[in-house]
Order: sequence, then C-alpha cells, then structure tokens
Amino acid sequence: LSHGAGGRAMAQLIGEIFAENFANDLLAQGNDQAVFSVPPGRLAMTTDGYVVSPLFFPGGDIGSLAVHGTVNDLAMAGARPLHLSASFILEEGFPLADLQTIAQSMGAAAREAGVKIVTGDTKVVERGKADGVFISTAGIGVVPDGLDLSGDKARPGDVILVSGTIGDHGVAIMSSRENLAFETQILSDSAALNGLVADMVAACGPHLKLLRDPTRGGIAATLNEIAHQSKIGLRIEEDALPVKAEVAAACEFLGLDPLNVANEGKLLAFVAPEAAQDLLRVMRAHPLGKESAIIGACVEDPHHFVQMRTAFGGGRIVDWLSGEQLPRIC
Amino acid sequence: MRAAVVPAKETATRLRLRLRGAVQGVGMRPFVHGLALRFHLSGFVRNDAEGVLIEVEGFTRDFVSALRAELPPLARLDSCECEEIAPRGDAGFQIETTRRGKAQTRIPADAATCEKCLDDLFDPSSRFHLYPFVNCTHCGPRYTLTRALPYDRAQTSMARFPMCADCAQDYADPTNRRFHAEPIACPTCGPRLTHAPQEIVAALRAGAIVALKGIGGFHLLCDAHNAETVAELRRRKGREAKPFALMLANEASLALFGAPTPEEAALLRAPAHPVVLVESRKNLPEVLAPGMSRIGVMLAYAPVHHLLFHAAGAERDAPCDFALVATSANPGGEPLVTGNDEARRKLEKIADLIVTHDRDIVVRADDSVMQIVDGAPAFLRRARGFVPEPIDLGGDGPCVLACGGHLKATLTLTRGREAFVCQHIGDLSDAETFRFYEESAAHLLRLLDVQPEVVACDLHPDYLSTRFAENFGLPVLRLQHHAAHVAAIAAEHGETEIFGAALDGTGLGDDGAIWGGEVLRLDGRGGFLREGALAPLPLWGGDRAAREPWRMGLAAFAALGRLDEAAGFFSAVPQAAQVAKMLGARHPQTSSLGRLFDAAAALLGFPQKQEFEGQAAMRLEALVREPKALPGGYVWRDQKLDFTPLLAHLIDARPDPRKGAELLHGTLIAGLAEALCALAQVGEEIALGGGCMMNRILSEGLAQRLRENNHAPLLARKLPPNDGGLSLGQAALARAALKN
Ligand SMILES: [Fe+3]
Ligand SMILES: [Mg+2]
Ligand SMILES: [Zn+2]
Ligand SMILES: [Zn+2]
Repeated sequence: LSHGAGGRAMAQLIGEIFAENFANDLLAQGNDQAVFSVPPGRLAMTTDGYVVSPLFFPGGDIGSLAVHGTVNDLAMAGARPLHLSASFILEEGFPLADLQTIAQSMGAAAREAGVKIVTGDTKVVERGKADGVFISTAGIGVVPDGLDLSGDKARPGDVILVSGTIGDHGVAIMSSRENLAFETQILSDSAALNGLVADMVAACGPHLKLLRDPTRGGIAATLNEIAHQSKIGLRIEEDALPVKAEVAAACEFLGLDPLNVANEGKLLAFVAPEAAQDLLRVMRAHPLGKESAIIGACVEDPHHFVQMRTAFGGGRIVDWLSGEQLPRIC
Repeated sequence: MRAAVVPAKETATRLRLRLRGAVQGVGMRPFVHGLALRFHLSGFVRNDAEGVLIEVEGFTRDFVSALRAELPPLARLDSCECEEIAPRGDAGFQIETTRRGKAQTRIPADAATCEKCLDDLFDPSSRFHLYPFVNCTHCGPRYTLTRALPYDRAQTSMARFPMCADCAQDYADPTNRRFHAEPIACPTCGPRLTHAPQEIVAALRAGAIVALKGIGGFHLLCDAHNAETVAELRRRKGREAKPFALMLANEASLALFGAPTPEEAALLRAPAHPVVLVESRKNLPEVLAPGMSRIGVMLAYAPVHHLLFHAAGAERDAPCDFALVATSANPGGEPLVTGNDEARRKLEKIADLIVTHDRDIVVRADDSVMQIVDGAPAFLRRARGFVPEPIDLGGDGPCVLACGGHLKATLTLTRGREAFVCQHIGDLSDAETFRFYEESAAHLLRLLDVQPEVVACDLHPDYLSTRFAENFGLPVLRLQHHAAHVAAIAAEHGETEIFGAALDGTGLGDDGAIWGGEVLRLDGRGGFLREGALAPLPLWGGDRAAREPWRMGLAAFAALGRLDEAAGFFSAVPQAAQVAKMLGARHPQTSSLGRLFDAAAALLGFPQKQEFEGQAAMRLEALVREPKALPGGYVWRDQKLDFTPLLAHLIDARPDPRKGAELLHGTLIAGLAEALCALAQVGEEIALGGGCMMNRILSEGLAQRLRENNHAPLLARKLPPNDGGLSLGQAALARAALKN
C-alpha cells in the first residue's frame, strides 16, 4: 500500500476488496451513507476502535475482533444487532494480501453474526504513523420492548454467571506475542454473543439485570465496574470459575491471573436468584455457553468490594490492576 | 545554680515537677506518693493532659534523683522539668484524682506479668493464687482491652466485671501496687478461663493442638518436642516452612534450646516480652524452623502461660524442658483471631481444643518479633507490647495520616511532635485484613482525636492502601516507596534531611520503573534525589518473580547475555526453558536488592517456590558464618552498582551454598559500602532502610564498614526496616512537604 500519489487506483482496489468480502445490498449501492428502515423497539448504538498486536492470532484476527467486539457491545444491552460501519487506518506499506485476509474474516464474522457492514472508510497514513492497521467499527441494533439492562441494576441476592472459560483471548494474544509454544495451542475465544443473548433474553428476559462482556482487564475489572455502578459488593468462588487447564498453566508461567486477562467471547450475566438455574440451563444449551457457570452473587457492601473465596477459605479482594504487571510484593 | 537552690544546710523548699513520657497508667502516682512519704514531703501528684504534675514541699534535695533512679518498671521519662516555687505549707501528700476531659492522654502498651504478680500467682495465701488474670500497675494487658480514652476501667473490656470489695480496696489505695490498675481482677470478681491448666497441659502432652486465647489474640499451641504434632500443625495451617515461634517457661530455660547473647536475653525479659531470634541449639525438631540457624523464642508473658508451664512441672526460675510452639491463630492469611465465637468458627478444623475466657480482646495485636542487630534491638514485626507507644519526630508539624504499603501494612497518624504507628496488620489483599486495617485507622483517629490535613500513600496505584487513601476524602500525597523507607529511618532519629539507602524488595519508582536498591538524598522538604542505584535486572512475571527465585536466576543469565545457558542450568524447573525464551524479548527491569538475593539464591540451589517473602534470602543468611567479598565481584560506575560479576562467579565456579552465601553477603557489603561512601559527604550520617536490612549479616556488615569510613550508620530501631515502617516514612515526608 502506498500513501499519497497513485491514490485513485489504490482506493478502487481497496473498495473492491471490501465490496467483495462484505457483499450486501446497502453497501452495493455505493453511497456515502446507508439508508434503511428499522424494526420497532428502541435503538442501541455503540462504537469501538481496535488496535491489537499481533494482527493475526490463534483463533482470530483484528478483523473478526472488530466485528465481534461491536456486536457484543450491542448484545450486552439485549439488542439485536443490525448494521455496522467500518473505518480503516492503514499504514503505508501494509500488505494488500493481509488486508484481503482481514476483510475476509470480517465478512465471515458479520455473516455469522447476522449483521451487515453497510458503510465504511479507509485512510492510508505515512509509515510509522500507525501500526499496520487500526479498525473502528460502529453498530446499531434494536432492543426489544420491556427489556432494560444496565450496569446499575444488580441488587444484593442477584446471581452472577459467566458464559464459559476465562482468560482465553488474553493468553492466546500473549503467547503469540511472546512466541510461546504450549502443548495444546490456546485459541482466542473471540465470538459474537448476540445469538446466546437472544436465547437468554427469550427465556429469562424479565429476570435479567445486566449483561457485560469482560474484555480488557478481564472479569476482575468488569466485576469491579459493576460493583461500583450498582453500589453493591460481589462475592465469587474461586472453585467455581471455569478456567482451561492450559490457560491456568500459561498464566502461572506468564505471571498473570486469569481474572485480569481479557476475553472476547464471554459474557457475565446478573440475574434474579429465582431464575439463575433456568438461565444456566439456557446458556449451557447454546454452543457458545456450554461451559457456563454460576460464579457468585451480589451482597450489600458499602465498600463495593469484589471478594473471592479461595480454596483456603480466606476472602481475597479482587481488584482491577493498572494494566502493567507492577509487583506488589516488597 | 544548684547551690543557690539547695544550701549546704538544707531548708524546706517547694518544687514543681512536670513529667512527660510514658508516665500514666504505669503506677507513677502511687510510686510518687511512696517516695514523698519516704522523704516526709507534703504536696500532691496528679495526671493531666500533658503527663504527670508533682508538687513536693519539705527537704526535697534527694527527691528528684530518687524519682529518676527508681521509676516504676513501665514508666519512661521523656522529660522532667523542675522549678522551685513558693512554699505553701500544706499538710500531707495527696493523690489528686484525674480531671476528666483531655486527661489520661495515653494508653500504655501491654506488658508481661511482673515478678510481684508472679509471687502472688504462686503464693497459696494470696487471693490471686493460680488466678490466670492477675495483674497490677506494673504489668498486664492495657492497649488490647481499651476501647477509648481516657484510659480507665469503664472504657475497657473489664467494665463488665464489677470489682469485689477486696479489688475495690486495692484499686483505691495509693500505697497498693494495684492502685488504679484498671484491669484489676481476682477469682471472686474477674474473668474466667474455660479449661483448667492441668487439662490443657494433658492435651498438649497427648499431642493435641490447642487454641489459647491470650492477650492480643489466640495462639495455636503444641508440644515443641513432638515433631509429628508440629508437622500436623503445619498441615492444618497450610504453612509448610515459615518458622514457628517457641514459648518457654522462663529465662532459665533459654539455655536448653538456644544460645542467647546477653543483649538477646535482656530483650526477652523486657516488659513487652517479644519473640526474639536467638541462635538455635538444634535440639528441637527441624520442622519447627526448617533451614534456619536461629529460632524465634519468647518467654511466657501472661499469667495463663505461667500456669500452663506450672502445670507441666516447671519451677519458677529453674530450667524447664517443656516448650511450646506458639504461633498466631490466623487461618488462611486472615488476621489473628480474637473473638470467642470467631475462634470456635475458624479454628475448629485447626485446633483440637479451644480455650477461651470471658475478657474481650478489644484491639488485636500479634506478638512482636525482634532481633539484635549491630548490638541493639531491632524489629521484624512491631505489635504487642509496643503499640501504642508514639515515636518522637523531634519537632512539631501538621497532622497527617499515612497509609503504608500493601503486604506489611501499617498506618501512622501524627499529633504534634508524635507519630503513632499502629500494630502490624498484614496483607491487605485479604478482605478480613483490610477490614482490620480500616478499623485500625478509625481507632487511631478516635483515640488521638485529631483531624489530618492530608493522607499520604505510596505511588503504587494497586496497593489497597493507595485505594484507601484515595477514598478517604482528603487531599492525597503520593510518595515514592524508597524515599519513604529512608524517611522512616530518618524520622525515628528525629531528622528529615538525610542521605541514605533503601535496600528493599520492589516498589514503584517515580520514573515508572521498579526500584528496590536505591541511594537517595532527602531534601527535608518532601523531595529527594536518586544519587545511585543497583544496575537493573530483568523482572518477568510481576509478583511471581518474588515467589519463584528461578525466574530471577534466569534474569541473572539474561543480564550476563548468557540466556542460552539458562535452561540447562535450571533443567529441574520445567518452565525455565520457555521463560528463558521470553526473556530475550522486552521486559521490565528492576534495581531491587531483594530480587538480586532471589537471583543468587536460585543460582545457589534454592530455585523453588517461596512460601513467604524473603524465604530464600533468609536461608542464605542462615548459612553465613563469615561474609567474604569476591574480588572484582562488583562494578561501581556511573552511579550504578553492578553485581553481575558476582552472579557470573556463582554460575561458573558453582560454590557450595554456604560458600556462595558468604561470597554474596561479603560482596554486597563491600559494593554497597563503596557506593555509599563515594556518594556521601565527609563524615555524613547514612540511613539504611528497606526490607533487606532485616538481614542481620548484611546490616551489621554494612554498618561496620560505614563506621570504618567515618560515617555513622542509622538503622531502624523503633519500627521494622521493611514495609512495616513505611507509613512512618510517608508521614514524615508528607509533613516535610506540607511545611515547605
Ligand atoms: Fe518496601
Ligand atoms: Mg466497547
Ligand atoms: Zn504485676
Ligand atoms: Zn476481685
């Protein structure tokens, strides 16, 4: 890819790549905007930027991630995602073949999630002004009437569920970044959760309090966010947390805690206690929720602490960490 | 001057004396009363907000010197101002009752049972005969059972035990040793133990683990000679290797188990009765303190302890072979258990027998742990017997609350020229411990009744003490960890502007890097200059690097550019090859001396997981007979002290662990001394702080070398040099910054 002169031919080439891979009626109209009618209900809208190194990792790439992430942000409101936009910042010299691969995987991810990428934009910047490719996606979706999920809705007594094993994405990224080889390759869990959410809403909608995808910062960060938003404390059980053995081993070895490691295809659900077992059943029946588990409950706590009961019986305060691995042992 | 006041042939005079220091609740008034009677003086003594005020009239010439010479055992005079005033001619000597309000400004620390109470305890004619709660103004629990000021019975957990007529009489009698002994009690009116000492001893002899409620919390006790029971205690506590402390009947028994120096023996006898590290005689099971050359020993300090040893056949002041493991009952990293119900709930699976009593422990306090370093006492952990004694900061200053570190957290609150440092709290990641931390902050604020201007905390964003500070609702001062370590040493010695070193584990530097071996100059206005540091080593794996020394072993190879050899060296560690590969890539660096110790430990054959911080380093210290410097073992250049030549030697020459440990200590002492002397000004004092200064060999070696170069070393004496003292340093830095 080149920056500046010769732009017209290039733009056309890129346009063809996207047209081919995202193929849908709205995009095919070739306008600077997509015009469409929306089904009844309230609209949900979200946007996110995707920056990841490496761009291609076991279980996904930046393209699939850019679709899944935005679809999931819509799904966490209980919304049925409709359309996405995609904006690309490409670094001069970025291989066209890689762009083709990324676009392909975005297209596939969108089709699988049942959404269309209906509008987009591309900019090429000078070498060094970007790292390969950055992608921004925005999305809109429709929230069914009567459903109102929000981070401040959890109450003492509500039950906390997770839709599967934690830490897979972060460990997959970290291992490919550090070039680590484990006996079993650890794949990112990157996936669109709107199908799972639709089943959950259909079965337990009125009892659902909130959903959230524990991405950056892992479930530790997300649980702390919710505890503060809802002004409650959370208590989780170490033994109940689903963690793949190879992820646990890799964490041990990298000096990480699975609680702090990112996920891209998992959700945390807070539900009224009377519906917890039903919800668990529904989640486990979905292919993306087979390893769902009840991991804890909400309690009154003026500190809004997230505490984990460990195998030894003590209560560990689960905190969010400031990103880097700053040792606390002195 | 003196001649003018006291003529050769003495005439009657009236003196007013103002006593400050630890002078309340320690039997000062009856003592002064007795002294006045002895010299036939009239006048009065009373407690007030500033301490004790005395006026004596008559032939007062020898009164002051006698007062100073014969002070009650727990009293400590910070100052004694004396002025002559006009005689009033009053008749008799009065103890004036305490005026309410701001009086009784201090709660004394807890003290071990005194000799006179031991006399009572074993005197069949005494009403305190074999009574497990005997005490007097010279001894007994105080801080641990006091809810609020002023310090009197109504504010203690003894409030629910109305005194019997005998106790009330002793309490009211100025000539009695128990005059205003707030926790006074006897079998008629006082608390009771749930089990007879004979029964407890029978269980111990049969191999049982006993939870016993003591002064600041519950102990877990077992027969120290019974290796199987000690091992069982380790299993039940989930504590594999951390040394257990020993409780002995009396001083005479010490020689059976250890070889204490006279200084160590004196420290063991001190009113606080701390655990003291002494050279072990190795006639106890190794499982007590695996791999350690010294053992932690304390002498029986509560009447119930004396009764246990008595029931086991101990005679007073005669050597007794019966010895107890006495370890804090703190299940799963939680704070020490203090409540009866709590004990039954939490210790059920650990203890075979739970012995309680009905006197509540209001304030939790672990046993203090000390050692003799460079000829004087030093703390490893400061708690029972020392809190709430304030530390004199040497001058007035604003009121600040300092929040300490994360793992060995303490809090400091200042009032005027005094700093009150709370007892050892522990690892704040544990929810119960964090609650204890918050309670301690509230307790300090309530007792001292002051309003801090700012809260001070560490730079580290993820210490829970930092979060606590952020949520406190006052302006927050974030202070660099190692500057606080050095400031803590300075503060103990009443200084703020100082040159020194923090030889430590890890802490966040103000450049975002991970520090831990720093030479700093504090400017006395809250700021500092980093004048030198250890050459950094790679640190991979965050806190795991401190738990698994082999990771730092790999870092040594990485620093030497010999990573390709590392996997072979650590072939016994399955993950080493993979991590070695990673270390080639980007990674954080640390200038920590603690991590350098870990690296050396790994190279000397201790690569395994550590159960507690500093375990590998402690094992190395235990091996050293005489530190020996490796010629060329370090390079001091461009303000960086680089020990990689020593690490290379440990890899290539493969010395046995003892020789290696001696080379490590000797070379560290030589290198650190050279760097410090190069950076210090001529004759300047050098403060030495940080967790590595708990290593006695290193501390003493460095102190000696500095003295040889005409620098006075300042060591931690009133608080531990590790993060247990951090809050004091933060408080001192914050005050210096505020004054600026
Ligand atoms: Fe420290
Ligand atoms: Mg988002
Ligand atoms: Zn006594
Ligand atoms: Zn009585």
